[in-house]
Formats: sequence, structure tokens, C-alpha cells
Amino acid sequence: MKDIFVLMEHRRGDMRDVSVEMLSGAGKLGGTVVAVLLGKDVDAFADKAAGFADKVLYVNDAMFENFNSALYQKALSALIKEHGPGVVLMGNTAQGVDLAPALAVELEAPLVTDVTAMEMDGEKPKPTRTFYGGKLDAHLTMKDADLYILTIREATFVADEPSKSGEIVKTDNPVSEDVAYRKFLEYVEPEIGDVDITQSTLLVGVGRGIREDKNLPVVEELAQAMGADLAASRAVVDAGWLPSDRQVGISGKTVKPKLYLAVGISGAFQHVTGMKGSEVIVAINKDPDAPIFGIADYGIVDDLFKVVPKLAEKIKELKGA
Amino acid sequence: MNMVVCVKRVPDTADSEVHIDASGKDIDKSRLSFGINEYDNYAVEEAIQIKERLEGNVTVISLGGKESDEVIRMALAKGGDEAIRLEDDAFAGGDALAVAKALAAAIKGLEYDMVFAGSLADDDGYAAVPVALAELLGVPHATYVKKVEILEPGKKAKVGRELEGGLMEVLEIDMPCVLGIQSGINEPRYASFKGIKQAAKKEIALKSAADLGLDASDLGEAGSWAVLEQFTPPVVGEMAEMLEGEPEETAAKLAAILKEKGLV
Repeated sequence: MKDIFVLMEHRRGDMRDVSVEMLSGAGKLGGTVVAVLLGKDVDAFADKAAGFADKVLYVNDAMFENFNSALYQKALSALIKEHGPGVVLMGNTAQGVDLAPALAVELEAPLVTDVTAMEMDGEKPKPTRTFYGGKLDAHLTMKDADLYILTIREATFVADEPSKSGEIVKTDNPVSEDVAYRKFLEYVEPEIGDVDITQSTLLVGVGRGIREDKNLPVVEELAQAMGADLAASRAVVDAGWLPSDRQVGISGKTVKPKLYLAVGISGAFQHVTGMKGSEVIVAINKDPDAPIFGIADYGIVDDLFKVVPKLAEKIKELKGA
Repeated sequence: MNMVVCVKRVPDTADSEVHIDASGKDIDKSRLSFGINEYDNYAVEEAIQIKERLEGNVTVISLGGKESDEVIRMALAKGGDEAIRLEDDAFAGGDALAVAKALAAAIKGLEYDMVFAGSLADDDGYAAVPVALAELLGVPHATYVKKVEILEPGKKAKVGRELEGGLMEVLEIDMPCVLGIQSGINEPRYASFKGIKQAAKKEIALKSAADLGLDASDLGEAGSWAVLEQFTPPVVGEMAEMLEGEPEETAAKLAAILKEKGLV
């Protein structure tokens, strides 16, 4: 079997978890696992990767200090042509999604994105991914090719304990000059709001099911009765109904309250990632197949506009008692 | 500034039950409502806002059957100028690559400074079309874009990409370019009655695979990266304990559980 390349993802001095997860998962597919690390003075990441990989290809150059998909594409394309791996894995992250489709087109390699499970059929990956916001799993067959590219959803593979001591091969940068057409400028931190929901003990999470911002008082009243803070799914923040510092999920915050009461939230992966560590999860949703019920401890399938006011009432009664 | 916006008509499944059909490779769409892919709606708004600030032209493009006209006309009603629909039976079954090839073939013939597309489609969630399209066109790209500032019309823009945790990566990009637009970048407008009336009269240019110079190997399953073999319901963990009854009862049960656990 040909080698498996795994692209290491790092940002501002941290190697991101998906990197080690992918190395661990790739180790179970068969074949030699090669960690590809592009960065500036990130020897510590090379050492870490070596604990999970058979080999680390490490390109140390100032042009890789921050991610730039144009430069990553040039470097990866050259390394792939030189070493001839059969599979390339990268995270289905803001980095991977900005890079993989262009690399796949350039190399005429089949790509499947946002993979949630995969096995090998000889040299060929058989990936599974989700459709319709996680409501269905899709099983795919890739076109025959010499090289396959897959972007892997975070937490698809479980990170092992380090058990290897792969050789770290310091490699000359195959990219001779920086590109002018796309330049990294800076990072901008998210805005900070009035409530830090990562510190809240009780959260009521509001989703698309609330339908209009004029319905917000329904959940606000419940939150007030409980002494909880309001959190939100992406849809609610995108619509401008609650500020972005209330957003829970991949592009928002990760919360671990004692109770997360999800109201009108279907439970797409992007949201669940940010709240699955909550101690108790309760979901109220009218769709019995909503994925949120798969991670909740307690569920009510009903119209939130009927249940939530009743719940607020009952909690007030209990608290008064 | 000449801009192109790619839009897709998709079923609204966020708030509905989804059932696999008899083929096992599609869903039963008979009871679903359809509309513009949410991310594309933000892409349309971004293009129209730039046109209003800097003047220019917005061409709306979609791959799909006649039913996609409704989505195209809504984008025209909001401020789009021209429209192209790519229609061919041979497009059926294509994934993000096949779609990007058809879009690239249509856009190559246009004068454009910026191409906008939703960063992700609500149905397949591939998130690959904008980036693949840029590579096929041979122009720079950025996706997950949540801020666009035109530095020099037709030449240079500053864009912010949304990263994990809400961090923004700011970069400078040359035009022409393709931007994958993230939801929440702006506040999409509603079309005016006057706009809707005017859009109803606009012509939507139709292009077939042959018009675009595409051959069989670019189209449908043959032009795709992968083929969908089967849909299955997702594997769920241990299901929640479901509380049954009328709202009065379920609310009382839940309140009692929360009280017992010391959560309220």
C-alpha cells in the first residue's frame, strides 16, 4: 500500500487536535503514515507528530508562519509529486476547506470533504459523510485514481497515546517564492459581549425553531425562571437575533454547563461540537428525528411554543414551593 | 466592478423530517419546500451591496431545471442585472466538481472581477464549489469569507475568513477572484414589490452542456469526484429518554427532573 500523507494543522503556536486525530486514524488504515508539517520554527510540533507517525516531512520556512492556502497548495503539490502518496488527509476545517478543493482540481485527484468515517478497499478509500445537516449518512465510492484527497471532520478519529517515534525529515521548501496575489495580514479576535457563556452554569440554547426574533421573549422568560443565560445556534446569530458572543459551536464557543436546554435546535454537528460536553442535555424539538435527541439525556418532541411557556410556569411553581 | 453570483435551489430540511426514497440514493422531496441555499442568499446580498457602493453589474448564475428560475428571479429582484441558467439532463448526478466545471465554463466567457458563491450548500454540505471553481478559472480564492472590503475596484480586496472559535483571518487578495461567502456576513434584504415585477420580465439565458463546450467526461457522475452509493439514517448514540404527553405533562415531568437534579 502507498503512503498516507496527513497534513498537520497549527495556528498561533498550537497544533490543532485534528492533526493527532488524523494521524491516529490513518495508522489503522494500513500503510506508512507520513505527517506533513509546514511551519516556521515549529520543531516541537514535529516532535509531537513523530509520536504518532512513521515519518514526519518538516518544511521550516517563514512563509508558513501563518496559513495561506496558495502557498500550502504549492508546497503540498510539489511534495505529493515527489513522494507519491496514495491518500492525503487534512482537516475539514477553515484551513482544509480553503485548500483541498483547489489541490484536488490541480492534481486531478478525487476529493471527498467532511468525512465522518472511512475504511480502505485496497488502495481506495470508502468514505462516509453526512448530508442535510447531519440528518442522513451518505456512503460514497470514489473514482479510480492514483491519489485520493479527503478532508476529515474533527473528532472523527480518536487520538491515541503516542506510540511511535517516526523519523523527522527536514525537507527543503519546494516553494521558491512567496505569492503576491494572496497575502496573510492579521488575525482579529471575536468581539467580547456582556455575558461569558463559557462560565454559565445553566444555558438555554435557542435555535432556528424560534422562527422570528419577536418570539425570543418565550425563551427569555424560561431562562429567567431558571436563572439561566441564553446561548444560540449559528442560525439565530446569523439572523442578528442574538449577538455573536452567544454562539455555541465550531465557529462560536465551547460550553460545558451543568445543564444545556436546547430549544428548537436540530443538532447539526457544528453546534453539537460546542455543547456536547455539558453535564445534562435536554432537547425540545418538533422533529423526532432531529440529531439533537441522539446526544440529549432527556427529550420532548413537541411544538416549543406550547412546551416552553408551560415549562417556565412549572419551574416558577417549583421554585416558589 | 463586474460580479457574478452563483446560486443553488435546495430543499429546506433544517426544520423538516427527511426521508430516504425508494432508490436509497435520494430523499423524498414531495413534502419539502424549496428555496435559495442560505449561504448563497448572503452571497447575493454581498454582491448587490458592493454594486450599490461602487457601481457595477451583477450576473446571477445557477445550475438547475426550470424550477430554479424562481431562485434566480428573486436575486434579480433584489438588484441582480443579468441571469444565466445552466440546464442539461447530462448535469444530473454531478457532485461539487461537476458543478464547478459547468460554472467555470459559463463564467470563463464573462468579464468579471469577483465571483461570489455560498461557502457551503445546505443539502450536500460539500463546501468545495467556490475553491474548486477558482482553481478551474485559474484565479485566487478565499472561502468562509465573513468580511469584504474593496481596496481598489477591479484590483484588490481585503477579506476576513471565519476560523474556528470565531477568530478572523484577514488577508489581501487580487482580482479577479472567487469568494466563498459565509452566512451572517450581512443582512440579506427582502425584494421590493417593484423589484419583483421588474425581475419577472428579465430574460434568463439558457446554456446547455454543448453550449458550454463540456463533454461527457465533465458531466454528471463521470465528471464527479465520487458517486453516492446509498443513504442511511445516521448512527445515533444512546437516544434521549423521551418525555411523553401533552405539553402540560411533559413540562411538569421535565421541571420535576431538573428540580430533582438540583438544576433549578
